[in-house]
Amino acid sequence: MNPEESNPEALLIAITQHKFCTGLSDAHLKTLASMAEAVSIEPGRFLIREGGKADRFYLIRTGKLFIEMYAPGRGAVPITTIGTGDVLGWSWSLPPYRWHFDAKALTLTRVVSLDANKLKDRCDEDHDFGYEIIKRLLLVAQNRLQQTRMHMLDLYKPPQVEQL
Amino acid sequence: MQQRSTIAPNSFDALIPETARVTSVRKETVDTFTMDLDRGFRFEPGQFNMLYAFGAGEVPISISGDPADSSRLVHTIRSVGAVTKRLEALRPGDMLGVRGPYGEGWPMAKARGHDIVIVAGGIGLAPLRPVIYHALRHRDDYGNVVLLYGARSPEDMIFESELHRWRGRFDMGVKVIVDRAPSSWRTHVGVVTTLIPKVYFDPIDTIAMVCGPEVMMRFVVREFQNRGLTEDKIYVSMERNMKCAVGLCGHCQFGPEFICADGPVFRYDRVRDIIGIREI
Amino acid sequence: MTEVSISGKVILGLEGLGKIVSNLRREGYSVIAPVFEAGVMKLAEIESADDLPRGVRDQQEKGTYRAEQIEGERDLFKNNVSCFSYKSFLHDPHLCVFKAKKDENGFTIEKPEREEKRFAFFGIRSCDLTAMSKLDDVLLQGDYVDSAYDDRRKPVMNIAVNCTTSADTCFCASMNSGPRARANFDLALTEIIDDERHVFLCEVGSDEGAKLLCGVPFEDAPDEDDRAADVLIVAAAKMQMRSIDTSGIAELLQRVQTSHRFEEIAERCLACANCTMVCPTCFCTNIFDVTDLTGDNAERVRHWDSCFTLSYSQLHGGSVRQSVSARYRQFITHKLGTWHDQFGGIGCVGCGRCIAWCPTGIDITEEMAVFRQLAAP
Repeated sequence: MNPEESNPEALLIAITQHKFCTGLSDAHLKTLASMAEAVSIEPGRFLIREGGKADRFYLIRTGKLFIEMYAPGRGAVPITTIGTGDVLGWSWSLPPYRWHFDAKALTLTRVVSLDANKLKDRCDEDHDFGYEIIKRLLLVAQNRLQQTRMHMLDLYKPPQVEQL
Repeated sequence: MQQRSTIAPNSFDALIPETARVTSVRKETVDTFTMDLDRGFRFEPGQFNMLYAFGAGEVPISISGDPADSSRLVHTIRSVGAVTKRLEALRPGDMLGVRGPYGEGWPMAKARGHDIVIVAGGIGLAPLRPVIYHALRHRDDYGNVVLLYGARSPEDMIFESELHRWRGRFDMGVKVIVDRAPSSWRTHVGVVTTLIPKVYFDPIDTIAMVCGPEVMMRFVVREFQNRGLTEDKIYVSMERNMKCAVGLCGHCQFGPEFICADGPVFRYDRVRDIIGIREI
Repeated sequence: MTEVSISGKVILGLEGLGKIVSNLRREGYSVIAPVFEAGVMKLAEIESADDLPRGVRDQQEKGTYRAEQIEGERDLFKNNVSCFSYKSFLHDPHLCVFKAKKDENGFTIEKPEREEKRFAFFGIRSCDLTAMSKLDDVLLQGDYVDSAYDDRRKPVMNIAVNCTTSADTCFCASMNSGPRARANFDLALTEIIDDERHVFLCEVGSDEGAKLLCGVPFEDAPDEDDRAADVLIVAAAKMQMRSIDTSGIAELLQRVQTSHRFEEIAERCLACANCTMVCPTCFCTNIFDVTDLTGDNAERVRHWDSCFTLSYSQLHGGSVRQSVSARYRQFITHKLGTWHDQFGGIGCVGCGRCIAWCPTGIDITEEMAVFRQLAAP
């Protein structure tokens, strides 16, 4: 993980342009910028590791990552691909504040990395801000849940062969 | 008072196929193959034929070839039943029966001047391949052409070499996604709906064409609606049991529609009210 | 002999009926009429009007059909339809679609020879006449035509009978398809019996019908006979205990598609398909493949099918309509609802066969009333 040159203005623009932040007030955007840094990840490197401390929240600017899990005997199992415009990690918002999966970069990936401890504190202090963040997280969670349910349906499963 | 009927040109004899020979068979996936026949006729993208395997029966199969090539008929078939298994066993030179083309296809004329977003799942790409052939042949007639293709795994993707070729073109967008992948897979894992927010199209000026399992299509439509595409711009291809393919046997009824004659391609607002009803 | 013009009415006697039958037979028609056999009115070919059974009375109720012949009664038509309908003569229950034969080049396909048949339906009731025109809508009016049906249908002569009695299961009056024959007939008879006479008021419906009266002794119908026939027909309509309110029925059925009532019906419905087999407008067919033992000769054979069978909605991976409730829903929403979108009008003619021949007594009129109530705001 390589910290990129953190020009505060460029960071604010990156945050403002990110889909997750659509509709946030200028003040809230600045709050986010105050706890942000720009980071890039080389292909094949991990942004988060299962079990690790969930102290960051990532807004993906460009690139592609697998959310995956390593299973003995099966190797790494990719579960879903996330990329440009998506966010990564909500484990920071709820106990036990540990990552549940691995996230591995498939391509050079650039993210805005937010300090989750600061973000959490800020949400606790300023409920207006907190509500905006939680509302957006809920939308992300809902989308992921719907996708997961659809995934579970195994839509393209070969039909049972019947002789009728 | 007595109404006397007259014989129309398309009669019950339409149920009698003509014979054709297999000229080539290509394996697409473990259970899917593409078969070329030595006879051809004009068809619209999205139309289907009834294929007859001697002694085994008939099945409706979408035409997956190039509508501009009337020298042969191309079908891509998943062998899941008694008849398709028999078709799978045919080799070049073998004979089968064919009648068609049937049904209402994709709205190629209506899509002229619009962006086209094609969403296919699994073997659902087969009836959409003629759309891609047509759109690329008449490239100037259309805006952006985008294909989003979902499959169960990389091995379950059909037309793989063509997908690579299409992906290499400057005038077409292609994204693929699989439900499950080895870690060597370099692109999307997940469901095909997640690709929709990732591509550019103008919702005011786009025609979406969707074919895949019914549940997939329902999710895809919802995602398109999130992107601002209205139901009258979304087309789906439906499937039900078909026996006659000419609207006489009753089997393929889907609410008020006969899939064989009124479809298989429907504008979404026409089927919206029934598509979610169980066991309809 | 004077010519009778279309919609002209004459009075004829039993002798006249006999002459009509023999005229038809001379023209090469198989004359199909109700005959009383094994306790039921079957439809079979008759050689003369003497074969028409007299004094047969039926009693029909939910799940019940009983018919008996009453000694000494003279009437020919004082009964109603049974499980048999004319559909089986026009829309073959079994039909060879084509034959395929293996040869050194592969195989060849040939269309089977089919015997030409000309049917005259003698004694066909108004509900069945209406059913015939509904089948015409389905099988002859689309982009594709069922030529097997067309071959049979085209030469048909209909010698209709206006009902002068109604069974408890009849509801043609509410479906606007009876008891008076209004269209589609060549001749229409109303049986009038009083102390002195046993006569038939005969209305001419077509030029072919008028020609059938050639050599038939008849008199011009006096107004009082016309009125007497009217009274009998109106009385038959008034006897009807069942009805379906057809106003807005297609939209109504669309609204109740997910109703729990279908599950309740399914608790009684055996999915036996009787209702669809006896229905004079049910047209669905399936096609099966038959091969001989050598495997060199194959045939595709078309049979009547029913939306009540599991295989009807067979799709790779299983049937779409697994539950009986979904199959009953398909039956009733199609018959009374989506038929309108497909062919115009309603697919039901009120003959009541599905009520009498349902082994568990499911009554389409009763169910429709329930759905109307459920759909009420």
